Amino acid sequence: MLTFRSHAWRTAALAATVAVPLLAGTWVGWSFAAAPAANEVTIDDSAFRPAEITVPRGTKVTWVNKDYDPHTVVDSTDAKLFKSPALDTDESFSFTFNEAGTFKYFCTIHPRMQGTVVVQ
Amino acid sequence: MPKQITLPDHEAPESTARRKALKCMMWGSAGVLWAVSGGVPRPFQLGSAALAATAGDFTFMQISDTHIGFKAPINPDPGGTLKEALARVGAAKPAMLVHTGDVSHLTKPEEFEMAAAIMKDAKIETHYVPGEHDTINDNGKSFFERFGHDKRTEGGWYSFDQGGVHFIGLVNVVNLRPGGLGYLGPDQINWLAADLKGKSASTPIVVLAHMPLWTVSANWGWGTDDAAPAMEQLKRFGSVTVLNGHIHQVIQKVEGSVSLRTAYSTAFPQAAPDTPGAGPGPLKVEADKLKSMLGVRRVEVVGDKPAMLTDTTLAAA
Repeated sequence: MLTFRSHAWRTAALAATVAVPLLAGTWVGWSFAAAPAANEVTIDDSAFRPAEITVPRGTKVTWVNKDYDPHTVVDSTDAKLFKSPALDTDESFSFTFNEAGTFKYFCTIHPRMQGTVVVQ
Repeated sequence: MPKQITLPDHEAPESTARRKALKCMMWGSAGVLWAVSGGVPRPFQLGSAALAATAGDFTFMQISDTHIGFKAPINPDPGGTLKEALARVGAAKPAMLVHTGDVSHLTKPEEFEMAAAIMKDAKIETHYVPGEHDTINDNGKSFFERFGHDKRTEGGWYSFDQGGVHFIGLVNVVNLRPGGLGYLGPDQINWLAADLKGKSASTPIVVLAHMPLWTVSANWGWGTDDAAPAMEQLKRFGSVTVLNGHIHQVIQKVEGSVSLRTAYSTAFPQAAPDTPGAGPGPLKVEADKLKSMLGVRRVEVVGDKPAMLTDTTLAAA
């Protein structure tokens, strides 16, 4: 799941985002205008941006590290549903959220950095 | 009254006349006298007791945050700057060297291997504590296999005696909790209490820990959540020197007989704490400024008097 950021990769990720609601059928009413960034979290200046995102079930969320410092993306609960390796500059990590719920996560290297994914 | 002093030996972006003044005041009030022994300048505290104690003193060096594996344009060759740092260490002929963590950038085997090879070439006895960059996703397992201390406990922390000094190596970079700072944990604090039990208050103590054992900046994660109970164990001793890394700059706090000071990195600088518009990551600096923001530290323990710490940048003549 660890991939280097590239234009081709971003295009593929965007296509996947659009495909998910169409295939699911029930998500036709979901705003496509918000789609391009709705499943991507940027890590910049030691912060997850946006710190909270809301996505439909089945969405693959991707974190891209734009910092010179490495970061991780790890489920804050003991369940450790998702746990990235160390992401160096421009590396990314993706996880597909198939269950509804509120998922808090943090960077295990810089634990003050926290974020939330709300899956509807 | 606790005091915190920033010691900018370089033109940091936030550098102010006030800070420079504080620096001068500190050195002025401490009454430092430079002496030369064996060709190496040595700072002494003024006063006959300190001067008389030279026969039994013990000198070692500290390096920190070598970040082997770091590749950003600020310093694409952290191995090279580490070698420069080690050349300065070797020239000072210290009794030994301590490394206060972030040996590697990403806990990768090849980074540990490269770091170990460079350190081995320096041929200086070295004692390590891990940084959070050395323990990513494995709680330090691979770090301890290569750099773990001979006397370490199961958790990786340790103590040993050398040159009349009691050294304590702490681990405050594993099991970090969401929203938290560095963390020692009750097992380690209990171990510390047992380790110090029965020790004479005149025993000089040197504590090594990667993250600062006081809160330099909560917003930037520069501190240790449970530092206070550890400090409580140490305050009865007459000379306690806490050597930290993590923040890639020299900042000091003195509280009673306990003196805490963070160290330069040998790889890249970081911004002064809570600098507006900056974050706790690597600070971009001009190539010709880099070495003035990296450095090594000499530590001289003089009996139960406050240890003498001298920070030197890689740009210094």
